[in-house]
Amino acid sequence: MLKTIAALKQSGNVAALNDLIPYARAVGLEAMLDEGGLLVALRFRESNIGNTQLRAIHGGVVGALIEHAAILHLLVETETAVVPKVINLSIDYLRPCLAADTFARGSVLKQGKRVANVRVIAWQDGPDRPVAAGHAHFLLT
Amino acid sequence: MLLPANPPDLARIIVAFEALPHANVLGMTFLSLDHGRGSVKMPYRPDLVGNPKTRVVHGGVITALLDTLCGAVVMAAVAEGTPLATLDLRIDYLHPATPEETIRASAECYKVTANVAFVRGLAYHEAIDDPIAHCAGTFMLGTGFSATAAGTVAASAADAGADAAGGTGGGQPC
Repeated sequence: MLKTIAALKQSGNVAALNDLIPYARAVGLEAMLDEGGLLVALRFRESNIGNTQLRAIHGGVVGALIEHAAILHLLVETETAVVPKVINLSIDYLRPCLAADTFARGSVLKQGKRVANVRVIAWQDGPDRPVAAGHAHFLLT
Repeated sequence: MLLPANPPDLARIIVAFEALPHANVLGMTFLSLDHGRGSVKMPYRPDLVGNPKTRVVHGGVITALLDTLCGAVVMAAVAEGTPLATLDLRIDYLHPATPEETIRASAECYKVTANVAFVRGLAYHEAIDDPIAHCAGTFMLGTGFSATAAGTVAASAADAGADAAGGTGGGQPC
């Protein structure tokens, strides 16, 4: 697994790295590289609806997007030698996440020997109008 | 525990939450629901795995399960028809879930104020004293949507909190 991750990271094939994860395929999580680095998308699917009145995406799936963006950010953008293990995740819900594609990008606030602190912003209309924000701690040992 | 002046129909909340498209994906069903507390279970699903090597389900599965349960428990603690929206949710992952095993979760809404409900929960397999994850969340009342029209949690809008005139659940202004 680690060898596969290292090879895909080397080749810059973040989409293949993402597709190793069954859950990502199940809910429509995708990974890509753009001028800002790693970008994770949650494609809209009816099965991700958690509020039938507003037709809004389930808050748990938005949380999964944030966690997924944080892990992939550590795998792709840092020199992490192991698959990071999430210690905790905190999600702030800022606006309704409606029936459309949602995007997320992570950044490392602090990386120590054992723990990394990653911040993630998720948006639909643009990063300046976030639908959710999160931060997570990961164990790197 | 908490019982509002106009208590909600618990059976209707269960039906509304189990019918949510994403609750169907999880295969989530209620084990119990009372005013301010409840529990759910979901079967192991190979397509929801987050790490193909260990076959452990993705953390997002636990997050979605706990978020759904917390929303239902809050809705069961406040007056019939009170709309609600998740303000925040924090999950501590205590140990990895075991492949093939059913995941259960229990949550309680331990405080309701005029605008905000506070909830905490645990996810586990067989024993609640050997938890997989712990969560603490807050929900805005009077915004988002209500179970009366078969709605539930999920979206969440902190910016709509200002007009949360709810206050139907009793308690102090937050």
